[in-house]
Amino acid sequence: MTGGAGMMDAADLRAVWLTLKLAGVVTLLLLLAATPIAWWLARTRSRLKTVVGAVVALPLVLPPTVLGFYLLVALGPHGPLGRLLAALGIGPLPFTFGGLVLASVLYSLPFAVQPLHNAFEAVGTRPLEVAATLRAGPWDRFWSVAVPLARPGFLAAAVLGFAHTIGEFGVVLMIGGNIEGSTRVVSVQIYDHVEALEYAQAHWLAAGMLAFSFAVLLLLYTFNPQPLRGRR
Amino acid sequence: MTAGLRARLRIGHPSGFVLDVDLDLPQHGITALFGHSGSGKTTILRAIAGLERAPGGYVALGDEVWQDDDRGVFVPVHRRALGYVFQEASLFEHLSVRANLEYGLKRVPAAERRFDVATVARLLGIGDLLARAAGQLSGGERQRVAIARALLVSPRLLLMDEPLAALDLRRKQEILPYLERLHDELAVPILYVSHAPDEVARLADHLVLLDAGRVVASGPLGATLARADLPPAFADDAGVVLDTVLAGHEPDDLSRLEFAGGALLVGRRKEAVGTRLRCRIHARDVSLALERPQGVSIVNLLPAETTAVVATDTPGHVLVQLHVGPTPVLARITERSRRELGIAPGRRVWVQVKGVALLG
Repeated sequence: MTGGAGMMDAADLRAVWLTLKLAGVVTLLLLLAATPIAWWLARTRSRLKTVVGAVVALPLVLPPTVLGFYLLVALGPHGPLGRLLAALGIGPLPFTFGGLVLASVLYSLPFAVQPLHNAFEAVGTRPLEVAATLRAGPWDRFWSVAVPLARPGFLAAAVLGFAHTIGEFGVVLMIGGNIEGSTRVVSVQIYDHVEALEYAQAHWLAAGMLAFSFAVLLLLYTFNPQPLRGRR
Repeated sequence: MTAGLRARLRIGHPSGFVLDVDLDLPQHGITALFGHSGSGKTTILRAIAGLERAPGGYVALGDEVWQDDDRGVFVPVHRRALGYVFQEASLFEHLSVRANLEYGLKRVPAAERRFDVATVARLLGIGDLLARAAGQLSGGERQRVAIARALLVSPRLLLMDEPLAALDLRRKQEILPYLERLHDELAVPILYVSHAPDEVARLADHLVLLDAGRVVASGPLGATLARADLPPAFADDAGVVLDTVLAGHEPDDLSRLEFAGGALLVGRRKEAVGTRLRCRIHARDVSLALERPQGVSIVNLLPAETTAVVATDTPGHVLVQLHVGPTPVLARITERSRRELGIAPGRRVWVQVKGVALLG
């Protein structure tokens, strides 16, 4: 939190790097987690569908502090998940990069699931049936037909997941705290600067975030005019 | 050759509709599954393909059992040696025409391939389209590509679900000759679902008539169409299909088509003498007279014997089955005429044919 009134200092750059690393890892995990959930939601006739859909969407309406609080409790040394992880030899997650990743994945999940869900629904069952009559097995059908046809959904899910992870604050603060180089991301760093009345430095980071977010959304809307819908 | 397709299917829908069929179909030629919408045609096709489950069902093609629930056999769709053409072409929009064609081809072991892209593309007239994107094709072209794609998996049975229904009349006329070529040049049996009598009359060798989920008639096309005991729902489309031979041309620009028991005159044909021609005579284009008619403009007058009279769905009308020699013909006349002329089985009459539709 030192540094002059000029550009970014080393702590700022570490925060930027950490943020990008977090968003990258989270985006990758998001796609891995959201794809099967979205596929299931798009194709199931189970009555559980509405319940699962609602649970996935919860982070859209909950204050981040609520999600962060429960994660903190669950993952803490006395929480159920914390004990389970400890038994598996995985150290306590709160206030670590790993904890931040887990919380971010949960928090950004709806932003990845929704565009994928819509994209898979837009693909429909017919192309998959056609592929089956052309000798393609279930995995083959998924990779050779569903994924290429749902590509705009994957793009939207990745971009929204990445951007949303970069933009979060409340969950990060609850579960990650504010440890430089480990959990202090850009949004927290800006908060620190403002607290310390270092407005110039806050500006550099804040304006950077603003420009980045705008660029990302511009890109998304250019290539995929309805990112929260699927194709067609 | 082994036996053809055997399918025993029973599917109950929550709506109360029950499909219950037991099909034993020939291994050769085109078998048409004909019925009005809602008669269960598409469901049968989907169940044969394995796209829909018919619990307790049995499906076998020759010696290959695809489904036998009594013995726990259910071969998934992608392991059945079938081709399927859907009502809408359903091409993969993310692929080129060539990639669409090769999608199935490359998933079939090389030793089992019987066709190559060039041959099938020539057969269906799509050789010039291979480099195009699927989205750039007209409706007729799309459907031809879909047919070619299905053929390239070297199916032992080709299932076609109303492949022409989504097309306008011109596109239909564009595709029908290609379907006839499939029939004439390839040894792939085809099960063809349709609710268009003209398509069926033109293409089919065998006919299965469906009504409300049940088979009401099944057999060779000509004999099945001429049956008088079909449900009244079919009487309005009633008509017979005759396989004739072009016997010669008259000096006044008419051609003579001979069939077992008689001959018909039609406008002069371009085909060579001896060509087999299929034609259709609608029951509504046939009228009856007790004596050989004098002073009428109709040229096709044939002596016949009445064999059956049945009711139809049309108020005041009956369907009369007659035989011209061994060949059956249907006539739709009013009940009043039937009464006044005293038409009943055994009665000899003259058949006046107002219109002969040549198919193909």
